[in-house]
Amino acid sequence: MKRIAGLLLVAACVCGIAHAQSGLLINGAGATFPNPIYTKWFDEYHKAHGNIEINYASVGSGAGIKQVTDGTVDFGASDGPMNDEQMKAYQDKYGFGIQHFPTVLGAVVPTYNLPGVNTSLNFTPEALAGIFLGKITKWNDPAIAGANTGVNLPAADIVVVHRAEGSGTTYVWTDYLSKISDEWKTRVGKGGSVNWPAGIGAKGNEGVTGVVKEQPNSIGYVELIYAVQNKIFYGAVKNSAGVFVKADLAGVSAAAAGAAKNMPQDYRVSITDAPGKSAYPIASFTWLLIPKKIQDAGKRDALKGFLKWMLTDGQNYAETLSYAKLPKEVVAKEMNTIETIH
Amino acid sequence: MATTSTTVPGAGPRASSRSFLSRLRDGDEIARLLTFLFAATVVLITATLVYQLWVDSVLPRHKFGWKFLVTEVWDPVFDQFGALPFIFGTVVTSAVALLIAVPLGIGAAIFLAELAPRRVSDALTFFIDLLAAVPSVIYGLLGVFILVPLMREVIQPFLRATLGFLPIFSGPGYGVSFLTAGIVLAVMVIPFIISVSREVLMSVPRDVREAALALGATRWESTWKVVVPFARPGIFGSIFLALARALGETMAVTMVIGNTPKIAASLFAPGYSIAAVIANEFTEATGDLYLQSLVELGLVLFLLTFILNGLARLLILLTERRGSGAYA
Repeated sequence: MKRIAGLLLVAACVCGIAHAQSGLLINGAGATFPNPIYTKWFDEYHKAHGNIEINYASVGSGAGIKQVTDGTVDFGASDGPMNDEQMKAYQDKYGFGIQHFPTVLGAVVPTYNLPGVNTSLNFTPEALAGIFLGKITKWNDPAIAGANTGVNLPAADIVVVHRAEGSGTTYVWTDYLSKISDEWKTRVGKGGSVNWPAGIGAKGNEGVTGVVKEQPNSIGYVELIYAVQNKIFYGAVKNSAGVFVKADLAGVSAAAAGAAKNMPQDYRVSITDAPGKSAYPIASFTWLLIPKKIQDAGKRDALKGFLKWMLTDGQNYAETLSYAKLPKEVVAKEMNTIETIH
Repeated sequence: MATTSTTVPGAGPRASSRSFLSRLRDGDEIARLLTFLFAATVVLITATLVYQLWVDSVLPRHKFGWKFLVTEVWDPVFDQFGALPFIFGTVVTSAVALLIAVPLGIGAAIFLAELAPRRVSDALTFFIDLLAAVPSVIYGLLGVFILVPLMREVIQPFLRATLGFLPIFSGPGYGVSFLTAGIVLAVMVIPFIISVSREVLMSVPRDVREAALALGATRWESTWKVVVPFARPGIFGSIFLALARALGETMAVTMVIGNTPKIAASLFAPGYSIAAVIANEFTEATGDLYLQSLVELGLVLFLLTFILNGLARLLILLTERRGSGAYA
């Protein structure tokens, strides 16, 4: 009996090893924001190509960049593009560079809790920068009231709520504020976490939402998907063409299409404050970070195959999961870039 | 330590008269070696930990030096890092927690060990031990959903109205604050203090109590003047345990402290603690200086724990000397 059990165990092990060898395992790590769609993609792709399995750990953009640079994963993912210093560090370490591939787009929206105000508020860039710099402290400040005629704004103190941990959402938000406010740019700057001039920190989109919901007269910022799925109040933001746009997927894609014309070769582009009448100004690509040279031919072909699928069939999953699709121009351009991976 | 050095001389002459081989056969030597190895492992782990924290924080140590400890700015964008607001937050929340938890915990322990009927005591202790096992995120959630609104709407306005002349109870309140974090920590550490203190009090020999009673002391006098002083080292031990947990607590604190690296005189202001900032910012820390500054914060927390424990022990030594003098 014991011997049979032992044999079975050995057989099971052998089969397990054989199974693992026949399949190709690719590991990636990075941004949490696109995690829902990445999980869906890798799952669907595995169903269609049984021999290829892609594991993704949503450890955060910073950790994704670090791990792909350290070589502990096959690819990384980030909500903010790698900076020049990080690109150079990668180049210096391996002798070849790393390629950014935009995958989908997301947007960040201002969310608020104003007792007695049940309409959607309008925010000018000046008002948002002023509030988050701690200079506009009352809700009835002319900078806010001017864009919301007819709304009875209270004379209450504004409570600013921001993310406590480093996040891609914060990167997009501060990238936008840096573009529209010189004072923000020089005093605070852009980054996954910054030295906030005002407010209290909460952890995660759910944390910010929770505090905003609980705290009267507060304002925070969350990802569009999160606001849509949880049906929370969020305001419209005035774009560079002077139009107040309430974020939706079409507005985000419009912002991306505006940027597509001047898309640089490495795709490291910010589309906050993008031109175009219908463009929502606080939007961003999220990127996969793929080494330009992959030694293992099997992995290389598998990753290239996946990227092509992601840009075509994969894009159809985006909107059901509340991400904005890539504009056609960007897809066409990326298709060419895939061929440069060798 | 003291006990080993007192027992070894007693066992010495007989032990040395036997050959090493026979001792080995009896298992004494093996047991000694094995237990020594286990004890050494603890020291080794601690040493490795400090060494690793030290090595991985070389960049900020060189760039900021001692200024790291007294700088108030934490700015990842412009690469300026200072630990002071986090040290402040950690010490203040732990102090608030102990101020609340120590009297409550010891009082409860005295009741459970000395005054309550045995059945009641055992039943209550079961619940207290259960409380000690609740994960900290649960305390954090309770803090967010119950304590934070309560603080904002009831406790903070009340304190401001009654004790508002004190700077620590003034200023605007959002609910999330040093005080809120301190209270959540107090709730978390009370079970440790009660559980350990009760055990210690109960292990005080019966003779001591009976002697006090025989000399005409009342029940309370025997408890407060004889049993509690007798158990004092153990009670202090429970407070150390509570302090260590309060200093290192991450999840529950970050959920209710407001995560703002600022130093404020008011306990109503939002703040930040060392453990919370490490947990929050580690995954998204881009750039070596940023990452290593977080590691250095870890080192600071380690040293802070070390120093505070040392100070607490010193305090005991001083009070004990005074205490024994008074009794002699």
